[in-house]
Amino acid sequence: MDINQFIEKLEIEFEEVESGSMTPDTVFVEMKEWCSLYALIVMALVSTEFDIDLSGDDLLNISTVSDLFELIQRRKTS
Amino acid sequence: MTLASIKGVRIRAVSVCVPQRCKRNADDPYISEQERELLIRTTGVEERRIAATGLTTADLCEVAARELLLDQEVDPHSIDIIVLVTQSGDYTLPASAIILQDRLGLRQDVMAFDVGLGCSGYVYGLSIVAGLMQSMGLRRGLLLAGDVSSVSCSPTDKSAYPLFGDAGSATLLEHDEAAAEMHFSLFSDGAGYQAIMIPDGGARHNFSESSLAAISVAPGVTRNRTQLALDGMAVFSFATSRVPKSIIEILNQQGLAAINIDYFVMHQANKIMNEAVRKKSGFSPEQTPYSLARFGNTSSASIPLTLVSSLAEVLLGRAVTLLLSGFGVGLSWGNALVQVGGLRCLPLIEVDDDGRKV
Repeated sequence: MDINQFIEKLEIEFEEVESGSMTPDTVFVEMKEWCSLYALIVMALVSTEFDIDLSGDDLLNISTVSDLFELIQRRKTS
Repeated sequence: MTLASIKGVRIRAVSVCVPQRCKRNADDPYISEQERELLIRTTGVEERRIAATGLTTADLCEVAARELLLDQEVDPHSIDIIVLVTQSGDYTLPASAIILQDRLGLRQDVMAFDVGLGCSGYVYGLSIVAGLMQSMGLRRGLLLAGDVSSVSCSPTDKSAYPLFGDAGSATLLEHDEAAAEMHFSLFSDGAGYQAIMIPDGGARHNFSESSLAAISVAPGVTRNRTQLALDGMAVFSFATSRVPKSIIEILNQQGLAAINIDYFVMHQANKIMNEAVRKKSGFSPEQTPYSLARFGNTSSASIPLTLVSSLAEVLLGRAVTLLLSGFGVGLSWGNALVQVGGLRCLPLIEVDDDGRKV
């Protein structure tokens, strides 16, 4: 999965977010729809798609979509 | 891992009692309309039952147990052990199970005690009652499990209040040489004790005036220290990382795979977490009944409530294999692999604000 496919998946999970509105540089907490439930949606997607279990701290330490994607790549190979 | 197998005990019948009083999350005055929609979609909780002030877990469990004994034509004097799994007992002391000995008309030489567990409590409770019955040669046992979580959740805490519902359950267990062996795996991780907790009111932090001070944790999350604090992300991370592994492990140990299980009955925490656990454990949506939408998270009553509300007809018929899984507060989690045949689930019992059956 490349980052664009990952963004597509995020946009599907974030039902309120318009398709095509997110980019690798999107800062999660600056999205107008962002709320704590979106953090759970991200954790669920990453857990079921990549079998990687993020912690709350992991999410606090990243800001953009590409940060998250890179974190996933690092965990996958470690 | 504790892996225990128990022989010679059968689960005979299950009943659940809930308050008639219902709260719909779509009407929650403390959450904006847009957020309500997202909350309901993500958590899966549309409505839940709320006990009137003063109506307790013991009250709900008493009605569930009374109806169960009546339905099964079981003499209360034939019960040898009664265990109440709850985190909302009537008093700090004594244990509510002892009061229920009297209220249910059980013998005085009955073993009665409470177990202080929540989300994992039904699985633990089954292992405790069945295990004691086997080792002590008891004939009949009652497992009561439930909570009135609404008592301890702050209505102005959107991270917890909309999730929880109140319910009390009763399960009748019986000595039966021919019963299929039950298998349990039970786990604990006390390092995560702060993920779900009520900080004040116990011996660590005695109740004081400051216990009642409102603390604003985040927008829409205001509570005091006598109320439940839920760290949603910590619980999510715990459940999705540990629970599926433990499920795959107990199945492997018995030479089984998810496909061999008729129904995967989980503690009902919230939809997004439960669905992640389901997918990672390898179960299909068809194998996985839910009671979340109508009743929310009912703590240790959630597994029996799901049996009663979704599987009553199936369970009364042919023998089926169930994988029961409870996980949460503690942190504590556990799985039970049980085979049941002709298991009677009473229709859901509802009570009014005075605890009278309606």
